[in-house]
Order: sequence, then structure tokens, then C-alpha cells
Amino acid sequence: MSWLAAIGAATLAFLASIGRIAIFAGETLSHLFRPPFYFKEFGQQVLQVGYFSLPVVGLTTIFTGGALALQIYAGGARFNAEAVVPQIVAIGMVRELGPVLVGLMIAARVTSSIAAEIATMKVTEQIDALVTLSTHPMKYLTVPRVLAAFLVVPFLTGVGDVIGIMGGFLVATKTLGFNEAAYLQNTADFLQSSDIFSSLAKGAVFGVIAALMGCYYGMHSGRGAQGVGAATKASVQAAAILILAANFIFTGIFFAA
Amino acid sequence: MITLEHVKKSFGSNHVLRDINLHVPKGESMVVIGGSGTGKSILIKSVLGLVTPDAGLITVDGQDATKGDRDAFLARFGMLFQGGALFDSLPVWQNVAFRLMRGALKRPKEEAREIAIEKLRRVGLKPDVADRYPAELSGGMQKRVGLARAIAAEPEIIFFDEPTTGLDPIMSGVINDLIREIVVEMGATTMTITHDMSSVRTIADKVAMLHGGIIQWSGPVSEMENADDPYLTQFVSGSAEGPIEAIR
Repeated sequence: MSWLAAIGAATLAFLASIGRIAIFAGETLSHLFRPPFYFKEFGQQVLQVGYFSLPVVGLTTIFTGGALALQIYAGGARFNAEAVVPQIVAIGMVRELGPVLVGLMIAARVTSSIAAEIATMKVTEQIDALVTLSTHPMKYLTVPRVLAAFLVVPFLTGVGDVIGIMGGFLVATKTLGFNEAAYLQNTADFLQSSDIFSSLAKGAVFGVIAALMGCYYGMHSGRGAQGVGAATKASVQAAAILILAANFIFTGIFFAA
Repeated sequence: MITLEHVKKSFGSNHVLRDINLHVPKGESMVVIGGSGTGKSILIKSVLGLVTPDAGLITVDGQDATKGDRDAFLARFGMLFQGGALFDSLPVWQNVAFRLMRGALKRPKEEAREIAIEKLRRVGLKPDVADRYPAELSGGMQKRVGLARAIAAEPEIIFFDEPTTGLDPIMSGVINDLIREIVVEMGATTMTITHDMSSVRTIADKVAMLHGGIIQWSGPVSEMENADDPYLTQFVSGSAEGPIEAIR
């Protein structure tokens, strides 16, 4: 029955880590509303998470939007429905691909960077040094990163949605023979405000997940270079899985018939 | 001033601190010696609350270190970490003035910078170091910056964690002399952990030897060389023969 014990141990470890992450999230939330507030660190994180992520978000979504247009055109042609390209590109990008791609790119770029930075700070005793200098690491490191991601990732998602639609637009009008004005009109007519709201809301949640996972795994890193590497890897894995799971739940809430 | 009574700390089956009893009087320099992995760092981290002891009582001026206003408690301390623990993302002067730029001790930026440069000068660094980043400094310079940060807010109590580890003998001597000068000048109560006997002879008023999770010997540094404790004798002489196992 050792396999049963192994399953039980793994399940307990999984539940325990969920509990620790939930407590960490709760602590972050409680520090969010209690002074002192570190505005300079918050501003730096807005730049790091938001501004410096724009190129990767733009490049990812423009290629995906273009590929989406090609696929929808090819698929639609099988039953004479090529004309739906603008509508499906718009709905696909705004409802799903925009927020998910931005979330995953933020997990790859920001979560990994946060986890590696904080883990390195931990193994070099910089976190201990913060405490001895009367500075709470949660307030100084976690709160500015999570708050910045919460506020900035929806903006990135909006930018990603627009650039993704632009990718589809460019492919459709330059290679598939669509009329430019008609394409834009169809896109605008088909999108609803609830689509845009769901996209931005997903972005906010994915941003929180990405930053929180980076901070959590960084703060709980093991010793040495191996510990930093393991924390970084675990943070990106956890962020990516949680983002995809949250996306499924959100889609179910917003769009289930 | 600092008193540890029956302090215990274990990590799983590893009983690092078994029963620590130690008293550091006000204004004295206590040096805790012991081999690598004997729990010296855990000892000072327990006082600071960075590690929570499993049992025992730690008091500072008679007050339980785990109770009361944590910020006010920590404001009394300065600490030099073994690796410096300087913040990579901040220039040197902001590292030194970290405490002076936030919290209860917050000063205007220019004043904090002036104090930082003055403290850097005190540890033998030129003002042009102020705008450099920690990664641009040598190990010895990083130790000095760490020392400047530890004394920046003029704390009553200063902890030094392995202040000479990784430094050449000349730089070790410089750091030891600096620590001694600063401690005398400030009248601070200090606790240093080290296994460098040159540090002990320069810095210490009193010495405590930690081994096997307890304080094996403690007394004035002047009595250290002639003490008849076999653990201390072996450690001070650096002999492989004796009650301390060479392979731990």
C-alpha cells in the first residue's frame, strides 16, 4: 500500500502549498492597506512590469493575431464562411488570446525576474538586512510588485488585444483581400463592452497571479544557486498553470450559456 | 543588556542551540567563537527575531525581545552581515542611508546623503564611492559599506556576523581595527561572531565559545589564552587533536 501513502503524501503537500500561498496572498492584501507605502518602489515596478513588457506583448500578439486570421480564413473557406475573419479574430483576441498570451508572457518575463531577484536577495541575506533596517519585506518587495501588476497588466492586455486585432487586420487586408474599412467596421460592430471588460478583468487577475507567484517562490527559496533556480522554475510553472486555470474559470463565469 | 536564558533552537533532528545562557553587559564587546555550523549565526538571528527560538527567553534591557514595538526594538540595532547583504539595486550611499530615508528616522534626502558620505569616510572610503553600485566594489569595500550602514543610524547595539570572512589578512586587520575604533567611539554594546582569532584578540572584551549547542566557556579575552577548557584550548590553538571533532 506504499503507493497509497505516496499519493496521500503528495496530496497533503499540494494542499499545504495551496494553504501557504493563500496565507501569503492574505498577508499581501493586509499590507496593501497599512502604511508605510513605498511609492518609489511602486513606480519602478510599474515601469518594470508595464513599460518594459510592451515589446514582448506587442510582438507576441501581432503574430498570433495574424496567424489567427489565416487559420480562420482557411477553416471558414471549407463552408463558405471566410467573411467571419474580422469577427472571430476580434472575439478570439479580446476574450481569450489577448489576456492569456499577455498573462503567459508576464509569467515568463516578470514572474521569473521577480522570483530570481527576491530569491537572490534571500540567499545573500538582503531580506534579513531589510528586517534589521526596520523595513518589512512584504511591504517593500511584495506589495509594490503585486499592486503594479494588478494595475498595469490590464493596460498591457488592452494593448495586446488591439495589436492582436491589428495583426489579423494586416494579414486579412494585405494578403486575403479584405476591405480595410469593412474589416474595422465589422470588428467594432461585433465586439461588446462585456468582451472588453472581461479581457481587462482577466488581465488584472493574471497580473496578480504572476507577481504573487514570483514573490512567494522568491521569498521561500532554498539555499544557493540551485535554490534560486528551483524557485524561479517553480514560480513560472505555478503562474502559468494558475493563469490558465483562472482563465477557464473566468470564461465559464463570463460566457457560459 | 542582552540576556539569553535557556535558548533552544532545532531544525528537524538537528539541535543547533541546545541550552544557551549568555549575558552581554551594556557597552561591552562580546565575541562568540565556534566552528562552522555550530549555530553562531542562529544565535544572533534569534536575538534580532530573524529566527524564532523553540524555547527560552531573550531580553534586551530586561524587556522580552519578542514583545513590544518591533520597529522601535530593531531601531536600536545595527548589523554587519557576513556577505555585506548590500542591496544590489541601490547605489552605495542609499544603502548606507537606507534607514535614514524611511520610517521613524526619515531625514531629507540631502541630509541623509551627507550622513552617508560622512559614515563612508569614517570607514575609510572616499565620497566618490557613494554613487557606485555594490557590484562595482571589492569584497573589502563591500564590508566597509556594510559597516557604514550598520553604524549610520548610530545604534546602541551592533552585531557583526563574520566581519573578516573572505578578506585577505591585511584587509581583515583593517576591518578589525575599524570595528574596535568605532565601538569604543560610539560606546555601543556589540556582539561579534567569528572563527577568526585575530578578530577575537582585536575586538573582544569578553569571549564566549559555542560548541555542541551550548556555551562551553565564557570569560574576559585576557583569560582566553590560559583557560583550561579543552574545547577552547583546541579552538584557540587550531589543533586537529582534541574534543572537537575535525570532521563535522
